[in-house]
Amino acid sequence: MAKKEYSFYPGCSSERKASASNYMVSVESMCKTLDIKLNEIPDWNCCGASIGYAEGGELPRHAMNARNIALSEKHNPGQDIVATCAACWLGAKETHERLSASEQMLADTREALKEAGLDMDYKGEVEIRHMVEVLIEDFGYDQLAKPVVKPLEGVKIAGYVGCQTNRPFGVVGESFENPKYLDKLTEIMGAEPVEKYDQKVTCCGGALAFSEPEKSQAQIKKIIESAYDFGAEMIVTPCPVCQMNVEVYQGQINKKYGTKFHIPVTYYSQLMTVAYGGSAKEAGLDGNIVRATKLEEIAAKPVKR
Amino acid sequence: MSELNKVMVEKYRNDFLKEVEANVEEGNWVKMCMQCGVCSGSCPFGPYWEHPPQELFMMIRAGKREEVLASESMWMCTSCYNCIVRCPRELPITHIMHGLANYAHRLGIAPKMNPTRRFAKLFWENIIKGGRVNELKLSIGLYFMDGFSNGVKKGLEMLPVGLGMFKTGRLNPFGLLSGGKCKGAGDIHKMLKKAKEIENRRKGFAP
Repeated sequence: MAKKEYSFYPGCSSERKASASNYMVSVESMCKTLDIKLNEIPDWNCCGASIGYAEGGELPRHAMNARNIALSEKHNPGQDIVATCAACWLGAKETHERLSASEQMLADTREALKEAGLDMDYKGEVEIRHMVEVLIEDFGYDQLAKPVVKPLEGVKIAGYVGCQTNRPFGVVGESFENPKYLDKLTEIMGAEPVEKYDQKVTCCGGALAFSEPEKSQAQIKKIIESAYDFGAEMIVTPCPVCQMNVEVYQGQINKKYGTKFHIPVTYYSQLMTVAYGGSAKEAGLDGNIVRATKLEEIAAKPVKR
Repeated sequence: MSELNKVMVEKYRNDFLKEVEANVEEGNWVKMCMQCGVCSGSCPFGPYWEHPPQELFMMIRAGKREEVLASESMWMCTSCYNCIVRCPRELPITHIMHGLANYAHRLGIAPKMNPTRRFAKLFWENIIKGGRVNELKLSIGLYFMDGFSNGVKKGLEMLPVGLGMFKTGRLNPFGLLSGGKCKGAGDIHKMLKKAKEIENRRKGFAP
């Protein structure tokens, strides 16, 4: 298979010692196996995330995303922009759509960008894509299954898609209410997807986990409870906010509700790295607070020939 | 009442719908709402909204300016986008809710103590400083929002979470000194100043 190249927008949470640094580690390992070259957008900035609107307003928020798009055009011309974070993807894609739809918004954005010494030659040819889109559309399930050397046999996994990888844009060919791609990915990695998992697109509270912790934790409780109800040993997600919210508040939820939650929450790229024969470290499993012991055990086993 | 608020009241008199259409992100969609209530039923925080989106849309048309803009309701939006994908009339409801919250905040009518309003302000200030999120400063800023003693209490509550993140290499202990910096931070400041200037001019917010 020929090498595939993309302009890469990693986002704040993927930085070293940031909340999704282990996601990044596993993405790098997964891309190495699939021969994907990620050209990081030099000096990229924050997308404004889902909470930036309140103080940032409309144009400043689009300017932030436009700076990344302009830098990508300049340094990685012609390459699709790929984001691993749901919010980064959403923010950049939303700006891309607004600028393509409104000449005035585009003109205003360009005027602001000039202050940063940048311009955009906006033809709208470059797509803003999430990593899972790249996997599904540019590779496809059959191709993704080929490098599997350690099928994740006997691991029952609830595919928690969440919100922003799924709505409002979503993945082509998938429904908003019951997207199946995460289950399919899980299955081709040799694990057992929990297909009846009914909270797969429930909101975890997003940024409001910080500002409205009780309301958000009530959501998170539903998300975890349903995973247990259907026999899952692990939750997998494509979103850094989902991952963090569903993993790190389990202790607080247990205290408040008297539950005994202790369920690992992993990224799809962690499953793939282990199935592709990577070590626990290469899969960033040392970054999970609730350790994914089943995956660690599989990663420690020698590859069957 | 803030100066800007007075100006807007004067400018639009009793036509709140027109005011929303002109100043709120995607506000021109409001009149398309057919009051089916799917948005309200789809919202994960639905039960906590004093006035769910469908009700807000009707209130805007009924000219209930103060009740809408001073409401805590749209600050309950988690940006899950359920309402957008389910609305049969394809209203960009999430964006309208963000727009209403932003507009109320700019006019100084938004509820002062609403935690999401305060967190959102903290967040934006955090990211524009260096261009990227500084997660440690953001969390500490949030805990200490209500003074020192509350901050210590909240910090202690959150300590197990923070320690978990630290031990797994997902929190930078030196984040108070470094992190979240773009080389072009100065350029970003200039760019954002200009963007705000243009937006103020377009929306008639500038003096």
